[in-house]
Amino acid sequence: MSDHDKIYSTKFQDNIERNTILMFVVTAIALAVGGIVEIVPLFYLDRTMTHLSPDVKSKVTSKEIAPIIWQRKAGQSLDDWKPGDGVRPYKPLELAGRDVYIREGCYLCHSQMIRPFRDEKDRYGHYSVSSESMYDHPFQWGSKRTGPDLARVGGKYSDEWHRRHLKYPRSVVPESVMPNYFFLEKSRIDAEQLKKNMAALRSMPFYPAPYTDADIASATSAVEGKTEMDAVIAYLQSLGNHIKFSEGVNYRD
Amino acid sequence: MEAAQATPVKYDMEVVRWFSVAAVIYLVVGTLIGVYIASELAWPFLNFDIPYITFGRLRPLHTNAVVFAFGGCTLMATGYYMVQRTGATRLWSNGLAWFTFWGWNLIIVLAVITLPLGITQSKEYAELEWPIDILIAVVWLAFGLNHIMTVAIRKTSHIYVSNWFTMSMIIMITYLHVVNSLAIPVSLTKSYSIFSGVQDAMVQWWWGHNAVGFYLTAGFLGIMYYFVPKQANRPVFSYRLSVLHFWALTFGYVWLGAHHLQYTALPDWTGSLGAAVSLAMIIPSWGGAMNGMMTLSGAWDRLRTDYIMRFLVVSLAFYAMSTFEGPVMSIKTVNALSHYTDWTVGHVHSGALGWVAMVAIGALYHMVKKLWNTEMYSDNLVNVHFWLSTVGTVIYVVAMWVSGIMQGLMWRDYDEYGALTYTFVESVAAMHPYYAMRAIGGVIFNLGAWIMLYNVVMTVRKAGAARDTNAIPVKA
Repeated sequence: MSDHDKIYSTKFQDNIERNTILMFVVTAIALAVGGIVEIVPLFYLDRTMTHLSPDVKSKVTSKEIAPIIWQRKAGQSLDDWKPGDGVRPYKPLELAGRDVYIREGCYLCHSQMIRPFRDEKDRYGHYSVSSESMYDHPFQWGSKRTGPDLARVGGKYSDEWHRRHLKYPRSVVPESVMPNYFFLEKSRIDAEQLKKNMAALRSMPFYPAPYTDADIASATSAVEGKTEMDAVIAYLQSLGNHIKFSEGVNYRD
Repeated sequence: MEAAQATPVKYDMEVVRWFSVAAVIYLVVGTLIGVYIASELAWPFLNFDIPYITFGRLRPLHTNAVVFAFGGCTLMATGYYMVQRTGATRLWSNGLAWFTFWGWNLIIVLAVITLPLGITQSKEYAELEWPIDILIAVVWLAFGLNHIMTVAIRKTSHIYVSNWFTMSMIIMITYLHVVNSLAIPVSLTKSYSIFSGVQDAMVQWWWGHNAVGFYLTAGFLGIMYYFVPKQANRPVFSYRLSVLHFWALTFGYVWLGAHHLQYTALPDWTGSLGAAVSLAMIIPSWGGAMNGMMTLSGAWDRLRTDYIMRFLVVSLAFYAMSTFEGPVMSIKTVNALSHYTDWTVGHVHSGALGWVAMVAIGALYHMVKKLWNTEMYSDNLVNVHFWLSTVGTVIYVVAMWVSGIMQGLMWRDYDEYGALTYTFVESVAAMHPYYAMRAIGGVIFNLGAWIMLYNVVMTVRKAGAARDTNAIPVKA
């Protein structure tokens, strides 16, 4: 018996090591399990989404707490929405601003995900819930806070503050290490491209943005004469005030 | 005797040579961009008000350059090298291998053009837009097909352990890349991920952690299992340990991504599951590190004279350190402090510089000598490179440990009146010395890479000259 026929582990392992196809198949199966177990349930377990979670849902139905998702009535436009009415898709100018936010890589230094800790509540506000980013294709939670979290930055500063800060951050916050974004004032928003973007988000297989044809058509007038700077400010001001959170209610399972 | 000389297999090594030199060049470029963006955080004037070189646009270029350009070229160079030598056969298709070389480099060129222009999908380590994603899939599958078919036509009875790890990486990266990149295109340069919010976060970090777990770990463990025994000239310490190492990693690593999302809006069960499996991963990871280290038992004296061996051994030490640190950081109480801070960046770099780059550099030096059938132009320069890499990495990692833990503690600190002690920007200001220190560590590491490039170029030139000289008597 030559050395090559001796089995040093188990018969099964030895077979795998001798057979390319068997090794390929067994490895491919072993690799698939973890992802399937962790990802697939997120698409069907109700408790994954705040607005589908049974406890939250029953409290919304009994009007104990404000709605999680905006229930738009027929004929209402996106401008009829008021802060606290619930999560809604981005308005055209906000979406244009979000595209700039993505282009400039803002998510690399700013998170948009507040954790349920005392200091984060004091610093940024109520902890984030899953339904708040349901229309975010792709998500912008981020992974690093070189700058502060922006999940609830909307309404905290004036438009003028944002304009100055974005143009030359150190003119407002001397210790800042953020790049100057004055060049955003030089570019206009392309309404035709924006309409295509809105249509794409409406056609998503998961959590499509519920835009009406009128919403998409409104993009032309909404971004008329607006710069990328205006758009980014509109986006930042839209962050975090969609849901009116009640004290003492558990929004996460 | 003549018959014995005629039998050795002729391998397809020209493509391996090209991938190897490309890897060395990309090591210089990738770490240079890293140094630059690190400096931008320390001295923001370096953004120079030029949109194309702002931190936000260059950071993806840095990660893509080191992971896909340097890492990818190293993996393909070593993949093609090992699969031929362990199987005693030529490549299944040399033409396809050249296609992967030019295809992969085309992808890198496209990344260099598109990322500074702000053309991005904004998914970390998967920023490239959909046309490039398709190209990546095509080239990657070509590499995978070529590798697996070469395994299939091997002349040896068993598949060598390195090739298991490479095969595992090929399959997993295909899963990850395809699923994570699913998007609806709007134009050639713009698309939106089909996933959103919490599901997208989970898909992204399933990708993100396994780009680390398979591309940068399984793939490089394949390198370790071939080049450590080769350089030490001893067999792998334990075959059974390598079997356990392989299957535990292949099955287990996939689960870890969820630990990137502790305390976020991701359901608790997913993050906790990810952390539990992360902790379990210490065992096979350390088993693997021990397996590599113990391969040297009885040959430890070689570390005195063999500088390439030093790279390989120190890489294993960093591998063991990082695979302990990672699971610790996945524990919820630790993660509460470390998440969103520089500690994560430090952890990534102790893995990326200490483990991935070091083992790759060791393997590349080993291959350069074999591929050109020569000694290095200067062994002393290899030694200098070794110390620059080690010192640079340690400075980088220590700076990020201190800044990360400090950030975490400052953010959560309360004064005696129950108010937050520090504003956010005070934590930013406090980071400055560590950001400067990190940049210095990066410069030192990058300097080592330049020395390697010089040494490799001189070695290749020397070998070329020697070959030309040797050719004369044959003609005569």
